[in-house]
Amino acid sequence: MAEPGGPLLSLRSVTKVFGEGDATVHALRGVDLDIHPGEFVAIMGTSGSGKSTAMNILGCLDVPSSGQYLVEGIPVEDLPADVLAALRNDRLGFVFQGFNLLPRTSALANVELPLVYADVPARERGRRARQALAEVGLAGREDAHPNQLSGGQQQRVAIARALINEPEVLLADEPTGNLDSRTSAEIMTLLSGLNRDRGITIVMVTHDVEIAEYAGRLVTFRDGGILSDQPRSAA
Amino acid sequence: MRITTTTGLAVAALLRAKMRSLLTTLGVVIGVAAVIIMQSMGTGATALVTGELSGLGSNMLMMIPGSAHGMGGPNRSAPLFTPADLEAIHRECPAVRYAASSNGRSARVVVGERNRSTNLLGTTAEYFDIRQWGTELGRTLSDDDQRQAAKVCVIGETIRNELFGAGVDPVGAEMRVHETSCRVIGVLEAKGASTFGQDQDDLVLMPASTFARRIMGDDKIGVVMLSAVSEDRIDEAKAQVESLMRQRRRILEGEEDDFTVRDMRELIALMGTVTGVLTSLLAGVAAVSLLVGGIGIMNIMLVSVTERTREIGIRLAVGARARDILAQFLVEAVVLSLLGGILGLLIGAGGSYAASRMLGIPFTLPPMAALLAVIVSVVVGVVFGVFPARKAAHLHPIEALRFE
Repeated sequence: MAEPGGPLLSLRSVTKVFGEGDATVHALRGVDLDIHPGEFVAIMGTSGSGKSTAMNILGCLDVPSSGQYLVEGIPVEDLPADVLAALRNDRLGFVFQGFNLLPRTSALANVELPLVYADVPARERGRRARQALAEVGLAGREDAHPNQLSGGQQQRVAIARALINEPEVLLADEPTGNLDSRTSAEIMTLLSGLNRDRGITIVMVTHDVEIAEYAGRLVTFRDGGILSDQPRSAA
Repeated sequence: MRITTTTGLAVAALLRAKMRSLLTTLGVVIGVAAVIIMQSMGTGATALVTGELSGLGSNMLMMIPGSAHGMGGPNRSAPLFTPADLEAIHRECPAVRYAASSNGRSARVVVGERNRSTNLLGTTAEYFDIRQWGTELGRTLSDDDQRQAAKVCVIGETIRNELFGAGVDPVGAEMRVHETSCRVIGVLEAKGASTFGQDQDDLVLMPASTFARRIMGDDKIGVVMLSAVSEDRIDEAKAQVESLMRQRRRILEGEEDDFTVRDMRELIALMGTVTGVLTSLLAGVAAVSLLVGGIGIMNIMLVSVTERTREIGIRLAVGARARDILAQFLVEAVVLSLLGGILGLLIGAGGSYAASRMLGIPFTLPPMAALLAVIVSVVVGVVFGVFPARKAAHLHPIEALRFE
């Protein structure tokens, strides 16, 4: 696979263009970004700066218009759709601003979802999902539906779901965007702990400077390009 | 993804919208119920008609003037039969056990103040043996009645009830039959309505000789009813009668018969053709309602895919492959359709049971029809589920996740 010490995720001159003619939007104008194993990267920028588009490409949910995206040195554009799906399933975990849990579905079933697509038998799924929920502090709420949980609890369910397949990378898009400051702090403590104790690489988009403080590296986007990229201590 | 997991998902999704699932599947329910009822009633009616026809006496043959291959009704130019033909058949056809003339027309019968238009049949004693008809009261026509052209008649149950009154014994009473006064000598056993709703007890029988002299004015015979010695000699009897009649009617070698001998097997086969045509007509109706049902399923599945776009996005984000999404929605459509099929099967079985009780048809539920209904409903689910499922599977993950 990749040479030792090489980047885990890497964008090379990536551009992304939406629409055509007068409606053309250049969301990304040649972005280079390397993310190494074990990093905790915060991506900041105003809306329209291209940070969310970059996240979608990092998450294999979208593809670059030009340039390359490499996961462990392998260009993603060469991979068939099913391999990308498998990559999303067991190498990447997603946490969204809107939680994106399945409604009218129990917390346990939501957490089990990635295991369903990994063909894990039902008993094993239940066992691992229970354990994951316990790790995010939700033991006992397995049967609760999302509408019976607070925002912070819903985001914990989403984090449990993202972690269930033990991914290398957690991609968090405004994970605290819908939460109050106290709950936000709890969620951020949880994420920092995962990065520190379990060595999970985290890439997080946020517009909140305080939230960005939890990260070890701060990348700022503006107008589809990277404005600055520096360790947090220097920020 | 495993098929059991997929099926579980589909069932859970359908249970979340019970009313909608039920209404969606209604088209398939009705289609399948129609197929089942049609099959069941068709089989029942055929069994009934076949039973009725074999009740006529399966050894029975019928000879009528005219070519079998002519289009339309009996050929008018073909001559009728004569009493001499009947005697010749008795004499020269050993495979024929009974032969009787049968001339019918409608006639007015009067008793006192009451009168009725009925079917009058001029025939001979052997007719009762051929048809296996007995009397409830009195006796049937005899050879003596025929020889003497006696002014006697045997009447059906309906005639007795209408002209003499139910339960009255009319034997020995006088009745006017088309200007001729006849003595009632017997009442036939009631036979009820035929399959086609015809009252089989609304008739009067008199000796062929009396009928010829008093009613028609000539002794030509329109129909000859025959009975073979046994069932396995029907073909032999038929051949003997045909050869004899060709000779008597001077039909040359190579020329077509100007008369036709039919046996009951042909009639049963004809009935089969009639019910076959009816069955295929109803099958067409059932096919149309299944088509409509399938379109209903496709429609609601398309709505469901749109409603659940976000769910599809989430599933894609956590690693569902396109074929997992395809399978999920396809299985959902098939489960929905299969549910409709099973419900339709139950309703169809119940409906045909009720209908057969009401119409007095034997109740049968052909297992092939039940199996076919289930298979057809699965096929409907697949055919009409593929398009919405493909639509779901080809959603772009980002657009699906952003969908509000």
